[in-house]
Amino acid sequence: MTQTAQPGSAVVHTANLSLEFSTDDGPVHALSNINLDIAPGEFISLIGPSGCGKTTLLRVIADLETHTGGEIEVNGVSPREARESRAYGYVFQAPALYPWRTVRRNVMLPLEIMGVSRQAREARCAHYLDLVNLDGFENKYPWQLSGGMQQRVSIARALSVEPELLLMDEPFGALDEITRDHLNQQLLDLWRKTGKTVVFVTHSIPEAVFLSSRVVVMSPRPGQVIDDISCNLSRERTLDIRETHEFLEIAHRVRDGLKAGHSYDDD
Amino acid sequence: MTMINRLVHQGAFLPVLTVVASLIVIWYAGAVYLNSTQLIDRYQKKGVDWDISRLAQDAWKMERPVLPAPHQVGVELKKTVLDKRVTSKRSLVYHAGITLSSSLLGFALGTLLGIVLAIGIVYVTTLDRSLMPWIIASQTVPILALAPMIIVVLGSVGITGLFPKSVISMYLCFFPVVVGMVKGLRSPEPILIDQMRTYSASSTQVFFKLRLPASIPFLFASLKVAIALSVVGAIVAELPTGGQGGLGARLLTGSYYGQITMIWSALIVASVVSALLVTVVGRLERIALRKLNGGQAVAV
Ligand SMILES: Nc1ncnc2c1ncn2[C@@H]1O[C@H](COP(=O)(O)OP(=O)(O)O)[C@@H](O)[C@H]1O
Ligand SMILES: [Mg+2]
Repeated sequence: MTQTAQPGSAVVHTANLSLEFSTDDGPVHALSNINLDIAPGEFISLIGPSGCGKTTLLRVIADLETHTGGEIEVNGVSPREARESRAYGYVFQAPALYPWRTVRRNVMLPLEIMGVSRQAREARCAHYLDLVNLDGFENKYPWQLSGGMQQRVSIARALSVEPELLLMDEPFGALDEITRDHLNQQLLDLWRKTGKTVVFVTHSIPEAVFLSSRVVVMSPRPGQVIDDISCNLSRERTLDIRETHEFLEIAHRVRDGLKAGHSYDDD
Repeated sequence: MTMINRLVHQGAFLPVLTVVASLIVIWYAGAVYLNSTQLIDRYQKKGVDWDISRLAQDAWKMERPVLPAPHQVGVELKKTVLDKRVTSKRSLVYHAGITLSSSLLGFALGTLLGIVLAIGIVYVTTLDRSLMPWIIASQTVPILALAPMIIVVLGSVGITGLFPKSVISMYLCFFPVVVGMVKGLRSPEPILIDQMRTYSASSTQVFFKLRLPASIPFLFASLKVAIALSVVGAIVAELPTGGQGGLGARLLTGSYYGQITMIWSALIVASVVSALLVTVVGRLERIALRKLNGGQAVAV
């Protein structure tokens, strides 16, 4: 069931990866025996009910959290080394913009930190703001933008680093459906054009199926992978594909997976 | 924004005026009440027939009142603020200048010390645990007891004049700055700190690009308290150094010669100086926060 990339060539490789948080109320098993290999160029969605460890898994990949069992490699090295070599871009659930920086200077922040030349910073900033349809908003401050625009700035900022691996934690979770559809389409276009590897957390079935080349279904207590579904929908897809038989079939399988993981139980 | 400002100011004008007017009325009444014992004594000795209006009139023009009437303080203020050359030792402007310069120096030193300590506390775990109790303890020592010792100790090693007085202002000022800055430097949300980590940013970068800008609102809140404390510190420091001038020295001279009106004038000038300084810091705060929020109006 689990697809395995060639060892060493995987962007993310985990074997029996586990993570246990110790809290005042005892240990919390956030991740349990996760075996996952993500090949270059894949678009992977992690889907599951809240609390099933999606964010935690993404944070372990990003070296924001340290696993307590098993193994994980990112680009063939430890998550820490990968982070230090700036292997990925991370889009948080909230836009996480700096209120005292304009849109332009927000996008340039990571580039300043990484020591990118001024000229290259300006060029990349303009390019990626254009990509998320925000040209003309360079000199606005975050408070002058809607939630959707702020999240687009945050995506442009992550892209401007030009990472090969993009980690996105429910980036469109707080947006209305129209904005969400629009951004899904743009993200898909970007992925198709650049061939980046994307790990995308969501709890929307249509979003996961529409975007991904592979959907990983997770279940809570303890967080584990219960299904791993490849979606070989045409790369040139548009939102209309959501009405096709193929699409609905995959969506159905995802829902079945969630059911099997007791995601719909009332507890 | 300017319109809201204006409305607020217009809205505040009448209540402020009412309060001031009531205070003046209470002050006049207080002057009659507090000076009455002395006057009635005198009336009885001389066997004068008196009524309340005579009592009031006399109470408001005494040579050495227990509580001078507002207009008496006004006359004294005019004499010592407006009519004297500012270089004269009898000019309150001259004395206010002395107090102001040691306040400002102490404020600058205290702010600097406070920021340095806060950075230490935020970045060095052992300092966090070891320093904070001492910093809090330092503020429980009554400054009135400490001030003469600091002046004497510094004087004995040949440091006199402005600096020892500033040290006392600094001693009061650094405290709110440490407390505010520690809070401010720790104020960025975890998500922003995590984000810096994903950029693999150095701690210097996290400091200058995130923690420091995030602490500015907290710094200004502290500075408003500190600037007022710096004037208190300077005045307290001037009490034991009476001869060298300053508003504190005027307070001491006034009480030495029983010149209550002189004390009141010095007090009023001191509060005007404080109020002006707090206002200036408040204005700077507004400008800084507006810039920090990208031109968005900020409630302070
Ligand atoms: N820092 C933490 N300390 C303790 N428990 C945590 C921490 N972060 C997450 N958890 C717990 O781990 C589980 C998985 O959380 P999370 O990965 O955020 O889930 P998801 O993103 O799928 O909603 C939850 O039960 C959550 O309460
Ligand atoms: Mg989550």
